[in-house]
Amino acid sequence: MKNGVGTSGLILDEPLLWEKGKKGRKGMSIPHSDVPQAPLDEELTGTPVDFPDLSEVDVVRHYTRLSQWNFGVDSGMYPLGSCTMKYNPKINEKQAATPQLAAAHPMLDDQYSQGVLQIMYELQNYLADITGLDAVSLQPAAGAHGELTGMLIFNAYHQSHDSKRTKILIPDTAHGTNPASAALCGYRAIALKSNENGMLDAADVRELMDEETAGIMLTNPNTLGLFEGQVRQIADIVHAKGGLVYGDGANMNAVLGVADMKKCGVDVLHLNLHKTFSTPHGGGGPGAGPVCVTKELEPFLPVPRAWKDGDIYRLEQDRKDSIGRVHGFHGNFGVLVRAYSYILSMGAEGLRKASQLAVLNANYIREQLKDTFHLPYPQPCMHECVFSDQLQKDYKVTTLDMAKRLIDYGFHPPTIYFPLIVHGAIMIEPTETECKEDIDQFIATMKEIAREAKEEPDKLRNAPQISKVRRLDEVQAARCPCLTGPTLPAEQ
Amino acid sequence: MRYLPHTQEDITAMLQVTGNKSLEDLFSGIPDSCRMTNEWQLPEPKTEWELNDHMQAIAQTMKVDQNFKVLIGAGSNHHHIPETVKALMSRSEFLTAYTPYQPEMAQGTLQGIFEYQTLTARLLGMDVVNASMYDGASAFAEALLMGLRIGKKKTKVAVSAAIHPHYRATAAAYLHPTEFELIELPYLEDGRTDLSGLSGLQDVAAVALQSPNFFGVIEDLAGAAQAIHEQQALFITCFSEPLAYGLLKNPGKCGADIVCGEGQSFGLARSFGGPGLGMFGCRQPFTRNLPGRLVGETKDLDGKRGYVLTLATREQHIRREKATSNICSNQGICAMTAGMYMASLGGTGLRELSRLNYDKAQYLKNALIARGARLFFEAPIFNEFVVEFPHDFQPAHQRLLEQGIVAGLELSKLYPELKGRYLFGITETTSRQDMDRVADEVQS
Amino acid sequence: MKELNELNLPENLGYTEDHEWAQKTGETIKIGVSDYAQDQLGDIVFAELPTVGDTFNKGDEFGTLESVKAVSELYIPMSGEVIAINEELDDSPELVNEDPYNSWMIEIKPSTPEEYDQLLSASAYMDLLKG
Repeated sequence: MKNGVGTSGLILDEPLLWEKGKKGRKGMSIPHSDVPQAPLDEELTGTPVDFPDLSEVDVVRHYTRLSQWNFGVDSGMYPLGSCTMKYNPKINEKQAATPQLAAAHPMLDDQYSQGVLQIMYELQNYLADITGLDAVSLQPAAGAHGELTGMLIFNAYHQSHDSKRTKILIPDTAHGTNPASAALCGYRAIALKSNENGMLDAADVRELMDEETAGIMLTNPNTLGLFEGQVRQIADIVHAKGGLVYGDGANMNAVLGVADMKKCGVDVLHLNLHKTFSTPHGGGGPGAGPVCVTKELEPFLPVPRAWKDGDIYRLEQDRKDSIGRVHGFHGNFGVLVRAYSYILSMGAEGLRKASQLAVLNANYIREQLKDTFHLPYPQPCMHECVFSDQLQKDYKVTTLDMAKRLIDYGFHPPTIYFPLIVHGAIMIEPTETECKEDIDQFIATMKEIAREAKEEPDKLRNAPQISKVRRLDEVQAARCPCLTGPTLPAEQ
Repeated sequence: MRYLPHTQEDITAMLQVTGNKSLEDLFSGIPDSCRMTNEWQLPEPKTEWELNDHMQAIAQTMKVDQNFKVLIGAGSNHHHIPETVKALMSRSEFLTAYTPYQPEMAQGTLQGIFEYQTLTARLLGMDVVNASMYDGASAFAEALLMGLRIGKKKTKVAVSAAIHPHYRATAAAYLHPTEFELIELPYLEDGRTDLSGLSGLQDVAAVALQSPNFFGVIEDLAGAAQAIHEQQALFITCFSEPLAYGLLKNPGKCGADIVCGEGQSFGLARSFGGPGLGMFGCRQPFTRNLPGRLVGETKDLDGKRGYVLTLATREQHIRREKATSNICSNQGICAMTAGMYMASLGGTGLRELSRLNYDKAQYLKNALIARGARLFFEAPIFNEFVVEFPHDFQPAHQRLLEQGIVAGLELSKLYPELKGRYLFGITETTSRQDMDRVADEVQS
Repeated sequence: MKELNELNLPENLGYTEDHEWAQKTGETIKIGVSDYAQDQLGDIVFAELPTVGDTFNKGDEFGTLESVKAVSELYIPMSGEVIAINEELDDSPELVNEDPYNSWMIEIKPSTPEEYDQLLSASAYMDLLKG
């Protein structure tokens, strides 16, 4: 096969910040003082903080070099399953940096902040429309934060019905955030096993659901990339026992314009704007995890939310049944602006098409690789497909080895070892923004890696070879944690 | 649509491989009963140029825009952001990466976060700082939960009423479904927290103070530490203006066990309150109780220095319901940005800038006092303070608005008992001239 | 990972279905994890243990072992009070990997000594592993 795009280039080394610089340098402009110096109680005064002093050029080179050791969606294909690493449009960055929006203070009266409130109000409506649900809070700062908000709403709802519930059903394919979020609200997670087809059975839910169970958290499509066909029946069972249905919208990119979450029986759903709605993930965040709910649950949403009063946009101040606040202000507003811009750029047709092409890309990969890698659930998938390393076991090659080898070929590896129910899982989510040629090259590379696994397995075990660093000793990092640089003598 | 690369030819070829008749056919597994039948009410798609126009039109409706002098902090501070920081944090190798799950491809993010952890630890006087939380408010809620975890069987936490009201509200929402009790400690006449009630309390896992607090007042952290530790409780401190520790004694030195707060001041725009940066640190013995991600140093196969995510067994993806927090995505690029900002300032610059903020705030404070206003809380302040005017300040506030100055935040919505008093926030961006204009309005 | 026939399972210990072992040393019992358990978990990076004076009922969780990407709960094979902790594991958790039967975790004073007799013998434990 043709070589991948991975090649060795000139990688510049760069020390840690405090290993460079010289006392007295300055990397930014500080205004001259136009006021007299004021006295300060010595008891309150600290010793100078031990930051390295760097010039502006020092700082620019430092971070530019660091950036060159990184790989982003702009660098190449990033098929990280469950993370929806689609292209992050540049124009959205510009909108978020609009001076009037970027300078907006979050505590002024509504009349002075109409623009930002308009964006919030319209985005709330767009997200309600897109999911089929009735009301939206934009406050949660990430997916897991949305889950927590959802669980707080579950709690408030049951409390309002004088119902004490202690358990919650969570499928074995769920992200770890689901049980962790539920536990924050005191719910004990009851594991729901998926069947031999990787899906939930309504019969199992019927057996476990009772009046001490707050409801169910489900991800649909699930983390195997499969649409839960019985979701409606499951929701009916849960509702019949007075429970609620939480939808983890991490995988919404598969079903835009196809699935209606209200019709699926979902009562609360979070969206990950940094997945489905193209906002950049920033090497860890910020994300945004708006929560969409049915009319019945609207009273419990966090405050404040934006609303429209005639021609004026306002923030509601208080609502008696609200769970309160989950964020200091209005969530990650800058991320909201990017998602808003994305929706306006795509329009209804574009969003629908995005899901169609995301699903097409995933199925195309599944079909082309199904004879090369073990496919534990062989049916057609939605936006991602999950393989395993079972066929490579005989050569003593693992999923990790194959993932690391992809790096040498210039691809970011897929998600590995998740979902937990697939041993040695390789979870591939190409997203719609990858073109056929790049996907073909990815497929060819995966096949080449499978060949290497058989014929030259050491190439995989020793991969990656051309990255800035080779495999790192994670055991040492955890046994003797070194989480900060040295404290210099002056500080002690 | 320019983000979607597929030609009709590609689609046809790919459908042939997957064995589907059409794109719609790919969704045949979705039952009819779950299908979207509503027509979406979304606007027609906009070109790049139409989108620019649309956003410009919205931006124009912001009565208080970037040209205004907003003399309010209250958890969202206006500081200069160097162009270098904006340019570097926009590098798409940083911006368009995911969480660094594959360290060989993410050494830039990992080293950058390690540096952020280190500089922040030095600033706060903590042994360990995590890779970030969502914001000051959620970090505060998580700090209380951490205090309760460490306190094992204790069921109460006490928090100062001078902590940002939104932080307290967030903590209340987080704690509401639990059995834990949140107790409020009142503030004294001088604006500091009244700790006298502490000795009567039993079962308190942690006590939390903000310094400088919501009123801008510098708390007596060292004194508080002693009183709190005598009660066998943990001492949590929070902040909304990290720049203060460029000048003031840091919380670690004063005896804090867990420190958290909002890092927006370090290179992030106010942006209507987000994205900000939840800074979070603790003393070393509590490391395994920390929420959130941690980057650690290690070596690669060749013995070369490198960085990885570590101590992940605390986290949700491994420990699930027993995790120290449910947090997954954090504020990665915001932490990187704060690192860039701290690197740009340096120790020397930090001291100078912090001093400048302090001096300017004292200037306005003194100017207002000279014109007949009263400093409402008399304990020392950093760059925010509360004043009471001799007569209704609202008309002057309105006149100043017309001149492009937002002169403080009236406090009645947040503290009904402080009706008519104003909280001012001053930074290096406020000129003497602007401050004089505010003072002159008081007199007239 | 080790094949079953590579496992070391000393005869003089009692085993549990959760892969702990217990060893009688006079009046007291030392408790650790089996060769199988350490091998399954991989490189152990941290052992979280109770404090002296804590009491547990048979089957209670008394601590955890952590590898880089997994946490394994430890269940006590017999009821009793903790009288000693192996503090060596604090700095050197890898000892559990290197020598699982000398790397005990806790020593207890059993409240129901006859519980020892209900533990699995080495051969019964091996049968369990064989499934």
